Amino acid sequence: MDDFAAFQAYLPFILKGIPVTLLVAFLAMCVAIPVAFILALGRMSPSRSLNMPAGFVIELFRGSSSLVQLFWVFYVLPFFGLELPPLAAGVFVLGVNSGSYMSEIIRAGLNAVPAGQREAALALGFSPQYRFFRIILPQALPLMIPPFSNSMITMLKFTSLVSLVTIQDLTFRANMVASSMGDSSSIYILVILVYFGLSLLLALLGRFLEAIVNKRAGRSISLFGSANPSRIPPWALGRSG
Amino acid sequence: MNSFGWDWSYAISTLPDLFSGLKLTIIATFFGSILAVLIGLVLCLVRMAQIPVLSGLASFWIQLIRGTPLLIQLYFIFYVLPGWGLSLAAFATGVLALGMYYAAYAAEIFRAGIEEIAPGQWEASLTLGMPIPRVWTGVILPQAIVAVIPVLANMVIAMFKETALLSSITIMELLAQGKSVGSIHFRYVEPLTMVGVLYFIVSYTAARMIRRLEGRHAIQN
Repeated sequence: MDDFAAFQAYLPFILKGIPVTLLVAFLAMCVAIPVAFILALGRMSPSRSLNMPAGFVIELFRGSSSLVQLFWVFYVLPFFGLELPPLAAGVFVLGVNSGSYMSEIIRAGLNAVPAGQREAALALGFSPQYRFFRIILPQALPLMIPPFSNSMITMLKFTSLVSLVTIQDLTFRANMVASSMGDSSSIYILVILVYFGLSLLLALLGRFLEAIVNKRAGRSISLFGSANPSRIPPWALGRSG
Repeated sequence: MNSFGWDWSYAISTLPDLFSGLKLTIIATFFGSILAVLIGLVLCLVRMAQIPVLSGLASFWIQLIRGTPLLIQLYFIFYVLPGWGLSLAAFATGVLALGMYYAAYAAEIFRAGIEEIAPGQWEASLTLGMPIPRVWTGVILPQAIVAVIPVLANMVIAMFKETALLSSITIMELLAQGKSVGSIHFRYVEPLTMVGVLYFIVSYTAARMIRRLEGRHAIQN
C-alpha cells in the first residue's frame, strides 16, 4: 500500500480524534471555569483561611509543568489507591491547571470594576449576593471575555497532552498512524491544519461572544478586524503619509 | 522499601539522575529562549514593515504557530523534516521547536512593546530629522525591548515548564529522567513528586525574582 492510499484509508480513523479532542477540551473547560471562580474569590477573600489555600492551589498548579501534573495524577495517585480513568485524569489536570491561570483573569476583571460601584451597592443596602451577581459580575464579565477566548484556544492546544496518557485524541491517532507509514508528512500536516482550523473557529466564537456582551452593554464592535487603531505613525512603517 | 507512604531514602537516591535531567531542561530553555527572542524580533519587524507578500506570511506564520499545539509541532520537526532532508539530533529538534513556538509569542510581545511607545517619541524623532531606520534602532526598539523584558522573562518561565514535552521525543530532560527512574524501580511516587518539586522550586523562585525586579523598577521610575 503506498502512502497516499494509506493516508486515505486512515483518514476516518484520524478524524475520529476530533470529537475526542473537542470533548476533552469542553469537559476540561467545564471544570476550569468554576475552579477559576472559586480560586479567584478565595484569593480575594479577606479571610486567611480562604485566601491561603486558594493561593496555595494557584501557585502549585502554575508553578510546575502541566505534563508533570498529568503524569503525577496518572502514575502516582494509583499508588495511593486512587486510580482515575485516563479521561478523568486528563480532564481534572487540564481543568484545574487552566482554572489556576484563569483565576487571575477573573481577579483582574473583578478588580477593574470601579470601587464606587461596590460602595454604592453597599450604601443602598443590597445583600452580598445581589451586589456580586447583579452589580459587580455583570460589569466585570465583558472585560473577561477576550482573555477567556484566548484561554479556550490554549485549552484546545493543551488537550494534545492527553495523548501521552493513552487517550485516543487527534494527536494520539496521528502519531499512531504516522508510526506505521514511511512518509508521515501528510498526516502531520493534516492534523496541524485541523488544530489550526479549530483554533480559528474558537477565536471567532470568542469575538462573537464579545460582540453579544458588548451589544448588551450598548457598545458595538466588529466581528473581524482589530478594534484599536495602531499608535505607530504610518511613515515609520514605510508608507507615505 | 515500604509500598505505602513516602520513602525518603529512595526519594533522595533519585536526585542525581533528576539533577542531570534538570541541567538538560535548563540548557534547552536557555537556547530555546535565545532562539525565540531573535526569531520573534525578526518576525515582529517583518510583520510590521508592510513588505508586500512577506508581512502577510509572517502574520500567517504567527497565527499558525499560536493556533496549533507545541506537541504536534515537535512531532512534525522530529518525524517529518528528516524525510525532507533536514535531520536534526533529538535535542536540537527540541530546542528548535521551543524556539519557533515561543518566537510567535515573542513577536506579539515585541509588537505590544512597540505599540506602547508614546506618540511623542515618534514625533520628536521626526522633528529632529532622523532617518527612519535610525528612529527604529536608536529610539523605538531600545525603549520597547527594555519595556518588555519582564514579559519576556515570564515567557521564559513558561518555556521552562513546557520543556517537559521534550520527554516525548526521547530527550532525557527532567520529566523523562523521573519516569525512567520510576520505571526501573517500579515506583513512581517519589521520582515524579521530586520532579514536580524541582520544577516548582525553579519556576517559583524565578517568578518571585521577576516580580521583585519589576517592583524595584517601578519604584525607580
